[in-house]
Amino acid sequence: MIELQGVHKSFGPKKVLRGVDLKIDSGESMVIIGGSGTGKSVTLKCVLGLIAPDAGRIALDGQNVAKQDRDAFLAKFGMLFQGGALFDSMPVWQNVAFRLLRGSLKRPKSEAREIAIEKLRRVGLTPDVADLFPAELSGGMQKRVGLARAIAADPQVIFFDEPTTGLDPIMAGVINDLIREIVVEMGATAMTITHDMSSVRAIADKVAMLHDGVIKWSGPVAEMDTTPDPYVRQFVSGVAEGPIEAVR
Amino acid sequence: MISASLAGLGRASLGLIAGVGRAVIFAAQTLVALIRPPFYLKEFLQALLTIGYFSLPVVGLTALFTGAALALQIYAGGARFSAEQVVPSIVAIGMTRELGPVLGGLMVAARVASSIAAEIGTMKVTEQIDALVTLSTDPMRYLTVPRVLAATLAVPVLVGVGDAIGIFGGYLVGVTRLGFNPANYLQNTVDFLEFWDVGSGLVKGAVFGFLVALVGCYYGMNSGRGAQGVGRATKSAVVTASVMILASNYILTEAFFTS
Ligand SMILES: Nc1ncnc2c1ncn2[C@@H]1O[C@H](COP(=O)(O)OP(=O)(O)OP(=O)(O)O)[C@@H](O)[C@H]1O
Ligand SMILES: [Mg+2]
Repeated sequence: MIELQGVHKSFGPKKVLRGVDLKIDSGESMVIIGGSGTGKSVTLKCVLGLIAPDAGRIALDGQNVAKQDRDAFLAKFGMLFQGGALFDSMPVWQNVAFRLLRGSLKRPKSEAREIAIEKLRRVGLTPDVADLFPAELSGGMQKRVGLARAIAADPQVIFFDEPTTGLDPIMAGVINDLIREIVVEMGATAMTITHDMSSVRAIADKVAMLHDGVIKWSGPVAEMDTTPDPYVRQFVSGVAEGPIEAVR
Repeated sequence: MISASLAGLGRASLGLIAGVGRAVIFAAQTLVALIRPPFYLKEFLQALLTIGYFSLPVVGLTALFTGAALALQIYAGGARFSAEQVVPSIVAIGMTRELGPVLGGLMVAARVASSIAAEIGTMKVTEQIDALVTLSTDPMRYLTVPRVLAATLAVPVLVGVGDAIGIFGGYLVGVTRLGFNPANYLQNTVDFLEFWDVGSGLVKGAVFGFLVALVGCYYGMNSGRGAQGVGRATKSAVVTASVMILASNYILTEAFFTS
């Protein structure tokens, strides 16, 4: 279970998060929606400790994440970055198997490579991609390699920052199914950021909407279409009129 | 007006002090990471290759021309009090004590501090550093330590090779242009050169190598956002590394040769 209470974060004069409260139960798939630049990526990075929040409490299974042993904490996580964040100095398979080639999860090279190729297959990439370098891939392929890397060590908690942007509809469907599968089969807890409403419906148990630095609404995905909340209604229908200003 | 410019100066000074503080903390963290596992051997060997081996041509050429020019100058200067015979020994002492380590260090600063800062800076802006952390890998140990260690070990070797090439440059000029007898020139060099002339230069090289890699890593890790941020980090790394080499060279020379 991940719990955020009153998380604040500013960059200089700019207040990005102004008291985010959010709870994600174990084995649940939470999707965060919200306008561009509202702080969704910052929220994920705060949980991972990549950005230190100015105020507030973040707990994993009841324990404050700031006070936990970092290595043990991070070993439970997988993260897909919005920009892929692949290491461009090493081939694709070593990116995917990064965790399996060093540290506590280290295993023989051939075995790590096999796992990498298997994970690549799951995100719809063929084995011949394994020996290419990230710079030789298209944007959508890089995204999927990032996804394969995030799931390579079978983490308990997985964060996906816009897993389907830049993918064609068919591949987006494959990735949606994969995320759903990871949550259902492996019992992982997932937190996904996406702008794609069909993705939201495909992968979410619960949905939370971030706006103006706070969670404006959260609830089961089934209630998303019926809620009277004006922010959610405007976001789901995608119209310019409403409480969310279209011109920023 | 005056108070505003004073305030600006004060802010800049405070910023500088804070910057120095951060850099010192960074250096301390590097030293701690240096002695605490995990160690990344493959990254270390890779760094040894790029920092050490691939710097050989630049450092070698610099030393060759410097030694050659030095021989000409000392010959001309020595002629004023008919002491042309000091050319071999002064070339040797000048190269090994000062010019070898300093010019070698500066060339490595230009080549290595910039490339380290640009590489790590790019990793920072494209979130690769964040990705390393989420993959349970400490960027200090994985990126900084291998480079700093490799530079500290490789630059003295580069300086040693540079010394030899520089002395050879002086020898070439001495023999072909200044009319020295080849055997005499070499004998003269060997007779007057002391162990500590070379040793002090190698110690300087180690210090310079440490500084260059540390500064490159520091500016890379603290790079600003975007291409502009990386550009600024690269420039600052080269400038800072060069100034630090010259300043620490003076301090080391004070420490080694005034007693
Ligand atoms: N390291 C940083 N330094 C300064 N400002 C930052 C930093 N990271 C994020 N911001 C700012 O915080 C705000 C929120 O950024 P964030 O990346 O979380 O947006 P987002 O909700 O993920 O948007 P998108 O959907 O476009 O990815 C942005 O205005 C951004 O400029
Ligand atoms: Mg984002």
